[in-house]
Amino acid sequence: MLEGILQGLTTAVSPMNLMMVVAGCFVGTFIGMLPGLGPISAIALMIPITYGLEPSTGLILMAGVYYGAIFGGSTSSILINAPGVAGTVATAFDGYPMAKKGQAGKALAIAAYSSFSGGTIATILLLVAAPSLAAVSLSFQSTDYFALMVLGLTAVAAFAGKGNVVKAILMTVLGLMISTIGTDQTQGIQRFTMGIPDLIDGISFLLLAMAAFALSEALLVVLRPKSDADRKKEMEAQSNLGSLKLTREEVKEMVPVIARSSVLGFFVGVLPGAGATIASFLAYGMEQRIAGEEKGKLFGTGSIRGLTAPETANNAACSGSFVPLLTLGIPGSGTTAIMLGALISYGIQPGPRLYIDNPTVFWSVIISMYIGNVVLLVLNLPLIPYIAKILSIPSTILTPMILFFSLIGVYFVSFNTFDIHLMVMFAVAAVGLRMLDFPLAPMLLGYILGGMMEENLRRALLINDDSWSFIYDRPLTLVILLIAAATLVMPYVMSKISIWFLSRVEKNEVK
Amino acid sequence: MNKSIRNFLAASVAASAMIFAPAVSAETVKEIHFLIPGGPGGGWDGTARGTGEALNKAGLVGSVSFENMSGGGGGKAIAHLIETADKAKTTLMVNSTPIVIRSLQKVFPQSFRDLTPVAGTIGDYAAIVVNKDSDLADFKSLVTRYKADTKSVAIGGGSVAGGMDHLVAAMVMQAAGAEPTKVKYIPYDAGGKAMAGLLSGEINALSTGFGEAIELAKQGEIRILCVTSKARLDAAPDAPTCAEQGADVEFVNWRGFFAAPGISDEKKAEYVTALKAMYDTPEWEVVRARNGWVNIFNADADFVAFLENQEKVLSKLMKELGFL
Repeated sequence: MLEGILQGLTTAVSPMNLMMVVAGCFVGTFIGMLPGLGPISAIALMIPITYGLEPSTGLILMAGVYYGAIFGGSTSSILINAPGVAGTVATAFDGYPMAKKGQAGKALAIAAYSSFSGGTIATILLLVAAPSLAAVSLSFQSTDYFALMVLGLTAVAAFAGKGNVVKAILMTVLGLMISTIGTDQTQGIQRFTMGIPDLIDGISFLLLAMAAFALSEALLVVLRPKSDADRKKEMEAQSNLGSLKLTREEVKEMVPVIARSSVLGFFVGVLPGAGATIASFLAYGMEQRIAGEEKGKLFGTGSIRGLTAPETANNAACSGSFVPLLTLGIPGSGTTAIMLGALISYGIQPGPRLYIDNPTVFWSVIISMYIGNVVLLVLNLPLIPYIAKILSIPSTILTPMILFFSLIGVYFVSFNTFDIHLMVMFAVAAVGLRMLDFPLAPMLLGYILGGMMEENLRRALLINDDSWSFIYDRPLTLVILLIAAATLVMPYVMSKISIWFLSRVEKNEVK
Repeated sequence: MNKSIRNFLAASVAASAMIFAPAVSAETVKEIHFLIPGGPGGGWDGTARGTGEALNKAGLVGSVSFENMSGGGGGKAIAHLIETADKAKTTLMVNSTPIVIRSLQKVFPQSFRDLTPVAGTIGDYAAIVVNKDSDLADFKSLVTRYKADTKSVAIGGGSVAGGMDHLVAAMVMQAAGAEPTKVKYIPYDAGGKAMAGLLSGEINALSTGFGEAIELAKQGEIRILCVTSKARLDAAPDAPTCAEQGADVEFVNWRGFFAAPGISDEKKAEYVTALKAMYDTPEWEVVRARNGWVNIFNADADFVAFLENQEKVLSKLMKELGFL
């Protein structure tokens, strides 16, 4: 194995391959930055170029585009609230509020550091354990995925903290309801499609996120013209827009979050049925709980932890998703499915024997991912001050551009004009909801987790002949569900205990 | 022009296409606009772009262009092709077995009859596979266990209930003399996830495409119980056909091309000639090998007859299963 790693290292640092890492990262970052355009479009664009290349070179290029796009996606999330990729939707939750407060440069820097750390830690995990991690990929069955989604849904509490619990729950339910639109897998019948054929395949997550965030934000800018005082305040805030400076305390706050989120993100990425989006939501919810009551309340208003967690987790998950792809030949997402196709076209079949039969390809890709993370950091940090300046573009120019790119981005995924109409309708609804102070993030959470929760639950019930016994028969399912229950109940119980304890102490003091 | 002369001309055009492959003079069709009923990166997309690339590079078609139009399980593109039929004489739409299934399910109101079927070009057989550790030795033991207790065999697939993978599972069970309606079918939202489900041990068998299964079978991760081809396939001589195992079925998931309704017979013949000539070009071999496709050429009247037969078989089965 060591020999293979060394072989991979020599391949990865060859001038051609280094060039490909840089090129891939650059193209990926650029495409990812455009709202709505994600790694799938980016990789699909690169495929014809890779045909003439050596297998490892082609794969290195594609991997570079992949994590470059995830990296770049965070930029549009933070600056204009328009996630470029589904995996960076959670990044907008705290990144955009920070940018609004005039800390765009700082937010971008945090995102860059988090992505780098998440990607690097995950790559090291890959390097150490990739072949043996195949077992982890296969350890999760539908029942466990169901439990994982339930655990994810408890993250809704993260959004309830800052405002109205009832409103957050209502919006989660709305998201769950939207997720039922489309063809029902287990019966093969259409639900809530109202006879419209365009709804048969359901509503895409990216469309919903772009409508709820980017489009509604742009519309709100038009609907709520800024007063002169506001504008002045904004100008002041923008004067140090590009500043990347982080204080020592802020770094101290980030480190443990990065450590936890990268490991969590990596393992969620390893599961073929989950992926970067789920990983970012789970990390966000988990960190909000861990942050405690005081810091947890800051989530959604520009919390450093709230930005660090999903950004670390989504990059770690991207690296993690290479485990099922390379060691089992199973694609966990649309992007890795395209990469699988490209691998096969080179005559390389990913699978348990890949790292024995083709050690050079296997290890050089993993090592190039490490190099790619460094490249991304080096490439992006110096650019941040300039990229952040996007926000100082007058809104009369910026708003139409956001509208244009958001609509084009969603159209380029499906090439269906209906999606544009639908997006505008959702955006108008989202504006109404935002004016009434309903949080939109829980809706997205409900949509993505709810859809997968239902799918996995129904599959589990089918397999178990409609018996719910799997909840206590499968230890993994049971453990995850217990953690979910604990996450919900613990804060309540803890506060009761501490109140009780405090009152005892007070009584003693009185005595 | 009578038929034999046209055939002769077509053949000579095809022959000259082989001889002067890169020369512009061999051009059979001036331009083809490929309409792809799905987004970039899917199976339809790959088929259309690969075919277009080969036709163009081999000099059989002067210029090719592509247009993605997803929605309604492919229905959007079909409706569009019919609506713009007058202007879309140079358009070829790619499609596959689901056009038959979804039209039967009334996902969209049209069927292949509303278009001009040109040719089926490539195909993939279906396969029933199990995990390498499975205690099911062969397809017969799967059937035996299923007959004893239908609930003891969970068969997964990468399409919705009533979709292609489900129909294949029901079809082989029926051919093996078992009850097709009782198949415990477990749907996954993609073939890859279904394969992960099989490897995780939550389902007993998987109904999938032969092309998706062969490499993992070669690596010893899964075993192919049977393939829905007439004879054993060269790619996997050890994998028995379902017919050998007592289930006399043949099923091929084809991919092919359709033109707008009402195009002239001459135009149709041009397309058929170009596609037919394509198989002998090295350019096509590159594309085909790259994607691991199997050449199955089925043109014009043969293609229509094939589609009619597939529709008949599937509709009977779907009625029995209660999906129609």
